[in-house]
Formats: sequence, C-alpha cells, structure tokens
Amino acid sequence: MSDNLQPRGSDDTSFAQPLYTPIKRRSFFMYAGATAGATALVLAGCSKDNDPVTSSNLINVGSGDTGVLNYAYALEQLEAGFYTRLRTGTYYTGLGSTSAEKQILDDLYYHEVIHREFFKAAITSGRISDSLTPDFSKVDFNSRTSVLGTAMAFEDLGVAAYNGAGQYIASPLYLTLAGKIVSVEARHAAIIRDLVGEATFVGNDVVTLTTANTSGVTTNNAPANSSLERSKSPAEVVATANTFLAEGSKLDVSGLK
Amino acid sequence: MNFFQIISEIEKVDPEVYDRLDSRRSIFKHMTGLGQKLSAAAVPLALGSIFNKVYAQTPVGASVNDVLNFALSLEYLESYFYQRSAAGSGASAVTLRGGFSGTNLAAIDLIRTDEANHVTFLRSVLGTAAIADPGAATFDFTGGKGAAGGPFADVLTNPLTYLAVAQSLEDTGVRAYKGGAALLMSNKTVLTAALNIHSVEARHASRLRTMRRAGPMNNAASQGLPVSPYNAAPKSWISGTDNGGAGGSPTGPTAPIYGAGNNTGAPTGVTFDAESNTTQGGAVLTGLPNTTGFPASAFSEAFDEALDVTTVKTIARTFVVNGNNFLA
Repeated sequence: MSDNLQPRGSDDTSFAQPLYTPIKRRSFFMYAGATAGATALVLAGCSKDNDPVTSSNLINVGSGDTGVLNYAYALEQLEAGFYTRLRTGTYYTGLGSTSAEKQILDDLYYHEVIHREFFKAAITSGRISDSLTPDFSKVDFNSRTSVLGTAMAFEDLGVAAYNGAGQYIASPLYLTLAGKIVSVEARHAAIIRDLVGEATFVGNDVVTLTTANTSGVTTNNAPANSSLERSKSPAEVVATANTFLAEGSKLDVSGLK
Repeated sequence: MNFFQIISEIEKVDPEVYDRLDSRRSIFKHMTGLGQKLSAAAVPLALGSIFNKVYAQTPVGASVNDVLNFALSLEYLESYFYQRSAAGSGASAVTLRGGFSGTNLAAIDLIRTDEANHVTFLRSVLGTAAIADPGAATFDFTGGKGAAGGPFADVLTNPLTYLAVAQSLEDTGVRAYKGGAALLMSNKTVLTAALNIHSVEARHASRLRTMRRAGPMNNAASQGLPVSPYNAAPKSWISGTDNGGAGGSPTGPTAPIYGAGNNTGAPTGVTFDAESNTTQGGAVLTGLPNTTGFPASAFSEAFDEALDVTTVKTIARTFVVNGNNFLA
C-alpha cells in the first residue's frame, strides 16, 4: 500500500491509467467519478430542449424517509402480486405437493406478502396507494421458464433497489429495517437463480465479479473484481419496475435523492 | 459542450459539487490544459477524469474506518476459511474437494473468489488505514482455538462440517454488516459499498444452506428438501433460530449466531433481536392483514436480524487461536 504515499503522477499519466490497473486506494472513487462525468454529459445533451414531461398519471412516492418507504412498499406490492398470481398458473399448480420448488415458491409468497403488509402498517402518513395495479402480461404463468425468469428479475431488482436506496434514508431504524428485508431478498434471489441454473447464486450480471458497476448515481459503483452487488438508483429500478405496472400505477421516484 | 450545464446536472446528484469544485480551483487549470491536448472525441472521458480528482479527495472518517476494518477482519476470517478448500492447498483440500459434486465445488470456489475480492476491495478503500493481514495461523476453523477437541474437529476434511462452518460464517457476516450499516450513514459511498457486500454475503449464505439440505455430492442442490427444525437441512433463509443453527442444538456452538445481541449503545430505535423475532418497527407481524393461514415460521423468516459489533466479535473469535488478539 506504499503507493498511497507517492505523489500523484501528472494529469496525462493518470488519465492514461488502464482500467485493469491493480486496485489501489481510491480507485473505487475514481470509477465513481468517471460515471458522474459521463452521465452528466448524456443529460447535458438533451436537457435543453427535451425536458422530461412529468405525467400526472404517475404515482409519486414522495421524498425523504417516507419516499424511500413508499418506494419499497411499491416494489413489495409488485413482488407480492407476482407470487400471488403465479399460484393460479399451471406451472405452480402442477408442482408436487412436497416438491422443493413448491415449498420455495410458497415461502416466497408468504415472505413478500408479509413485507407488503409490514410497509402498509409502518407508513402511517403519506402512504401511496395500497392497490397498485400490476401488469404481468409479459409473463406466462404456465411456464416454469417464464415464472422463474420473472421471479429472478424481481428478486435481483429488489436487492439492487434496496441497496441503492439506503443512502437516502435518514433514520437508523429505517435503514436497519431495510437491511433486514434486503438480505432476505438476496437469499430469495440466490435460490431462484439456483433453480434456473445451479451455482448461479451470484454472477457478473448482479455482482461486480469481472466488470465494474456503472450506475447513473455514482455511490452505487464499484470496480471490477470487487464482488459487490450492482446496486441501482431509484430511476434505474423504476425503468424496469414500471414495465410491470399498469398505466396509472407507474412510479415517479424523482423525489428520492 | 456547455460546461456549466454539466455542473448543474451533477449538482442534482451531488448538491455539494460547487463546494467541491470551489475548494479546489485548480480543476479549472486542468480544463485549460486539456483543451489543447485532446480531440473533441476524447473530451468526455477526460472530463470524467477531472471529476475523479475531485471525488478522490472525499475523506473517510475515523469511525467509518473502524467499522470498515471490522468488516475487513470478518472478510479475512472468511477468505482464509475458503482458502482451505482451494485447489493446491494441501492434502485436506484434496479430500474436501473430492467430497463435493461439480456444481457445488464451483459454488465454493465462486464464494472464495468473492471473499478474496472483498478483502482486496476493503483494503483499497481503507488504504494505509487498513489493518495488517492477520495470516493463516491466526485461525483455527475447528473451533478449538488452537487446541484439539473443537466442535468442528473434522472441518477441513469433512464436506458436511465444512458447509456447516461456512454457513455459520456467512450468516454471521450478514448480521454484522446489517448491524454496521447505521454506523456508516455519514458516508454515503462507504455505506452503499457495505450494503453491496451485505447482500452478496446473504447470497452466499443462501447457497450454502441450499447445498447443506441436498448434500455436498448432489449436483441438483436446489431440489433438496428442508427438514424441520432446520439445523441439519436448513431452508435458504433463517427459520426461527434454526434450532441453534449448523452446530446442531439451541445450546450448541453456533446458537449465538441466531440469538439476540447486546443493545447497549445501539443507534436510536435499533435493537439486536434474535432471528426468531416477529415484531418489526413496532409492528406485530403475526397480526397483519392478509396473512391468515400463513405458517408461524414465515413471520420470522421474512426478516433477518442485525447484530452488534461486540457480539459478532465474540462469535468470530470462536475461530481465532488463543493468545491472538485478532478481533478482540
């Protein structure tokens, strides 16, 4: 670690450092900074004449801790809705009563409904609608591949969402509560991924195994070969989550920052 | 390219950007020099590099360093544990590896890579503040603390015991990171990084539990069935206290991993409850609407629990040899 004590090189040489340079102190922040610049450039290119139109049709989760809790509540409504719906499809109804897959999907149904009801009870003021309408038209509930693939997407997204939202929470209690839920979501994600393909409980798609994370919010980022979860910003999460929510139930998370 | 519009955009994600820039006016000097040297196409990358210089100055506070070094200690414990099953790590590793099916061996190897990566990553964040590498001799994974007769005496040759200890280490790590999160709130970057390790540890714990219920030689690990009370054939999540966990009984060596911690000095509102807890943030889960008919176990399974630093250290020191102050 003696490198830390050396003066920084000239501007030109530090620009020229390859991405595969062995990790040194601060390199985590270097990657983070690189994305800040790049993202700003993309935004700068369009913000002049292309301001985002805020549709009154969106559900605004609000701001502050209530906003984060509402954001989590919305995602839990979506997950609970999914695990409830799949119970009527022939993939689930065809599972043996003592099969591992049925037991796992039953537990996930229980856990996600409990998460949803917990948030409903915990958010006593400023709570968003209790009845967001999901859109599962892209899911074939009679197909194992479709059901488990969607479950994997939801669980991985949930983990990335909670991890990326922790930084917006002001209350230690709420942060800890979010932590209590996200690790269960990560356990879910791992077994669902293993059902899809054994020993894929982590992979470079969700963890920075071989490539860096490049979220638009730089605090989420980590270098390659660090094995950190690829946390996502609320905006990045709802870009996916909103495709599973019906018109009128889609989320506006612009207040989370 | 409108430089000030770019700064304005960054301000949206980093309200302090003007302060950062203002305190280091030399950034504008960098700008001037760059314009002469770089083609237009290269400017975006160069601009990113300028911001790197600004962000790289963000200090990591002392108490944050303490928490990170605590995390690094746990990562060393885990990393040295998985090193014992790595190819080329001696006769016991050959025996261990022979006791796992192909996909299970791949899973163990993947977890070893992750833990080694976590060590490297945390060292990179801490820089010169990082603790020294404790070395392999610090650890005794039999739980005997350097003497014979530990509770996991055959851990390095018996795949079942190896998985039991692995699950214990990962579940402990999940609780430790969860308990540490509230101590890192002053630094959003470090907090998020810690959360991003926390969930990876949970993924590991899940897989290890999955392998334990199907058996180490079973390539179809995910198809194994859990058997109550879940100490030998656990679910992928913690159910109640798993009857004391992989150590086998409520009074066994792993029971503290699933028990309550010490609330002394905990952040406001935070409590370190046993994993069987079913009250969250004042809400009694078992009375919630729309949960009629749910098994009682589901209410504790749905939430993991945090653990305080002192309790975690006591648990972790089960695997530190006597006379060594690591994690003391």
